[in-house]
Amino acid sequence: MPLIEVVDLHQKYGERDILGNINLRVDKGEAFALIGPTGAGKTTLLRLIDLLDLPTSGRIYFDGIDVTELRGMRLEVRRRMAFVLQKPVVFNTSVYSNIAYALKWRGARGISVREKVSNILELVDLLAYKNRNARTLSGGEAQRVAIGRAIVSEPEVLLLDEPTANLDPISTSKIEELIANIIHRYDTTIIMATHDMSQGQRLADRIGVLINGEVLQTGVPRDIFSSPRNREVAEFVGVENIIDGVIVSSQDKVVTIDIGGGVIEAISDYAIGEKICACVRPEDITLTLSTVSSSARNLFVGEITQVVSLGPLSRIEIDCGFSLIALVTKRSSEELNLARTKKVYATFKATGVHVVRRGK
Amino acid sequence: MTEIWQGFIKAIELIVTLDPEVMEIAGRSLSISVTSCLLASVMCIPLASLIHFHNFPGKRILINVIQTFFSLPTVCVGLFVFVLFSRAGPLGGTNLLFTPTVMVIGQMILITPILLGLTISALSGVDKAILDTAISLGASGFQVAVVVLREARYAVLAAVIMGFGRAISELGLALMVGGNIKGFTRIITTAISLETSKGELELSLALGMILIFIALIVNFVLNRIQQR
Repeated sequence: MPLIEVVDLHQKYGERDILGNINLRVDKGEAFALIGPTGAGKTTLLRLIDLLDLPTSGRIYFDGIDVTELRGMRLEVRRRMAFVLQKPVVFNTSVYSNIAYALKWRGARGISVREKVSNILELVDLLAYKNRNARTLSGGEAQRVAIGRAIVSEPEVLLLDEPTANLDPISTSKIEELIANIIHRYDTTIIMATHDMSQGQRLADRIGVLINGEVLQTGVPRDIFSSPRNREVAEFVGVENIIDGVIVSSQDKVVTIDIGGGVIEAISDYAIGEKICACVRPEDITLTLSTVSSSARNLFVGEITQVVSLGPLSRIEIDCGFSLIALVTKRSSEELNLARTKKVYATFKATGVHVVRRGK
Repeated sequence: MTEIWQGFIKAIELIVTLDPEVMEIAGRSLSISVTSCLLASVMCIPLASLIHFHNFPGKRILINVIQTFFSLPTVCVGLFVFVLFSRAGPLGGTNLLFTPTVMVIGQMILITPILLGLTISALSGVDKAILDTAISLGASGFQVAVVVLREARYAVLAAVIMGFGRAISELGLALMVGGNIKGFTRIITTAISLETSKGELELSLALGMILIFIALIVNFVLNRIQQR
């Protein structure tokens, strides 16, 4: 049985749909990341799960109990969870008192509070600041106070909303390390919202892609990145070459895709006539200065429109009637003397093309 | 002009030598206003929280009415309290008219709108994220109210001090329901009014200086609080 289950959840603000038809299951002990662009509805969903707001329709189950509208039980259920808001909010008091709040609200007093708070201060690496007013801390430190304050009551579920938004890289890595530490040390179920795909990949067991108020795909990070379900997910997870086309022939799963002014061969289950997108990873494209015979099924000739150096690699943008981006090593780029307006041949294998449906 | 100047020097003498009459009047003024301010705060701060944290029909109108009463004329409150406690009034039997107690009650009524209104606006000034954080950390309704009040403590204290300032400086109400009885209900403002009409400028000036000094301290404290 999942610890948290969300069924057909809808949320409207006035006439605007914020969330539509959300269905999610998060198991006990799992680290689940909701990834999606800003404004996708991640915060709204977390607020509904934490019972801060009431949904327009749909149900939320916590540990098998329908908690959507149970008035009397909301506090009791909420006390089994903790939510760290995107903006690090600290109370205008000492770091120690900030962290002790959740314990005192649950009726704990005396030595047990002191011990638990000290342990948490150590975990979030703020023991030296325990008597300082939390308002005087930096953004990253304040976020560590917020996380410490949330986990001190040992919640079953920890909800994190963009825990590293607006933080510098050093603070970000400290917070990520802290979250990884919490996942490792406690039996807490974590649901975190982030717009940073790589962060989701680093910290989560499973990812849900939330775009425009809908969960478009859920799965383990590797699957989401290697096999995005549709164009929107592919775009969001950073696939750079997404070429629209229609399947015109199919034989033993080898399909030919008409991309308007050329064809691409790929491996796919989609039927003839299906409108699809062909996704090609830039690192799967080979560039040559002349045609060479190879096993690669796709060959396009084009003119280089831009060369951008990315440390050891070069990102080459080619106009083949459509835009194609290739990633080659800097050394190859120099040996082939790749530069703007130069004519090149781009090849990639049919197996390097990932075909996804257009639209939802 | 020399008369005023001499009165001024005499007034300073009265203050410096801690003249018993001046000290007694100033002490009474302080004790009545501090009492009314504390009692009104005990009543108004929880009431303001109740209004702030609950949504009910007419809430906006209620807040507007409260704000309108910020500048309630002291003589109107005086008249109301007088009618209430006069022999023929509904509370006439208590025999409280022309006592410090009724002055405290009057001042409480006078400053209630200020305390309520400014406490509500102090609570509204607290970041909504504080409220959400408290709720999400498992605070009950009462615990949320306490934590939000704590966050707004300086603004709430400023409201209390504003209330005190209005209470100690008002005249009409104290005169009407206190009666300016020497040694019993005479306070700074009523004494100044009486002594000036009698032509006794020294005492008036001395008490006036004390009143301004109190106002100065109140303002100084208020400024310090608002800078936080």
